[in-house]
Amino acid sequence: MTTAALAGLVGAALVGFGLYGLIVQPHPLRKLLAFNLIGSGVFLVFGIVARRGAAAGFPFDPVPQAMVITGIVVAFAASAVAVALIWRLYSETGHVTLDPDAWTEPSRERES
Amino acid sequence: MSVLPFIDIGLSILVVTVAASTIFMQELFAAVVSYVAYGLLLAFVWIRLYAPDVALTEAAIGSGVTGVLLITAGKRLVPLSRTTTEAEPTLTLRVFAGTFAALVACALGAAILVLPDEPPSLAPEAAVAASGAGAGLGNPITAVLISYRSFDTMLEKIVLILAVVAVWSIGTDGAWGNAPAQLRQARPHPEMVFLAQVLVPIGTLIGIHIFWVGADAPGGAFQGGALLAAMWMMAMMAHLTEPPRIDVRWLRLALVAGPAVFLIVGLAGVFMAGSFFAYPPSLAKPIILFIETFMVLSIAAALPMLVAGPPNERPVP
Repeated sequence: MTTAALAGLVGAALVGFGLYGLIVQPHPLRKLLAFNLIGSGVFLVFGIVARRGAAAGFPFDPVPQAMVITGIVVAFAASAVAVALIWRLYSETGHVTLDPDAWTEPSRERES
Repeated sequence: MSVLPFIDIGLSILVVTVAASTIFMQELFAAVVSYVAYGLLLAFVWIRLYAPDVALTEAAIGSGVTGVLLITAGKRLVPLSRTTTEAEPTLTLRVFAGTFAALVACALGAAILVLPDEPPSLAPEAAVAASGAGAGLGNPITAVLISYRSFDTMLEKIVLILAVVAVWSIGTDGAWGNAPAQLRQARPHPEMVFLAQVLVPIGTLIGIHIFWVGADAPGGAFQGGALLAAMWMMAMMAHLTEPPRIDVRWLRLALVAGPAVFLIVGLAGVFMAGSFFAYPPSLAKPIILFIETFMVLSIAAALPMLVAGPPNERPVP
């Protein structure tokens, strides 16, 4: 088995773990972690396409690699927005949960 | 017989194990820490795929800056993970989710194993671009980023600015214009201050070097900018400097400088080289380095602002 195929299988496993965490974990920050795991798995699958696409004298295809670099930066920007949203959700409701039933409970005990 | 296959297999097992531990770890903070370790290990996988540029980006941004963001958020949120009134997922949900995730992973793995033998590749086109408008650049990745796919790279900078605007807008109305909260609330240890004083000048120099060699060797605007951003964050963590108010002019100018210069040069290409984002071949290298200089500035300003988060409610005296 080649290095590229092995890395591709790692990418597939990462997507699987991330998907499981995204569904099962209740905490929003852990959902964000799981989502980032899916993202890097997808990048890795994309990366082996770059590795296999070696041509024109390059040891790799530079186009998918450049797109993965762009993707990593965009994924970070999206994570930063998500963290800011989670933080604001806490300061508004006093809860860190995506369960709407919890929001209806008054969070005044915290303030008094 | 080479030892490389064994390194590959060991590395793969390690990456998958650490990734699994970010999902299954009981403590939130432990999960965040294993995510950072996972990002660094992933950088090694990228090196094995002949992608040192991606490895540098993954280590600097995917693991490093994201790690600071998540650890800061995790520290703020750890005391709250006990106050949430969240029902634990039922066994049925776990089994269902596990089966679903395993099916998706197996399908993806099967698809990778049956990829066509004659792989599709954009490398020849990129080689043409690299020898044309990207002439003088030894690093094909930089040539692709700035020349062949320049529009993508420009839009990606705009995404960074949009993200900064979004993070700032998430703060309360009354907080608009204030500085974000300090990255580290407690007084820093003297060791931390010393480390920042020693490391920030050296790291700044290395960041500029990585940007400069990016024209010909692995490196470039993203990686160099991320390193400069890390140095600024380190100075803020050691309380050597405060996060700036979000309405100061120099900060906003630094944020828009990269895309603005990129767009102006791109438009100038219409008149000088005949098409949007085309560079005259004789001037390609100086122009590309000129654009990248401002992109480094924008990246170094945007990343710490994204980590610092929304402006603070109370004005900093």
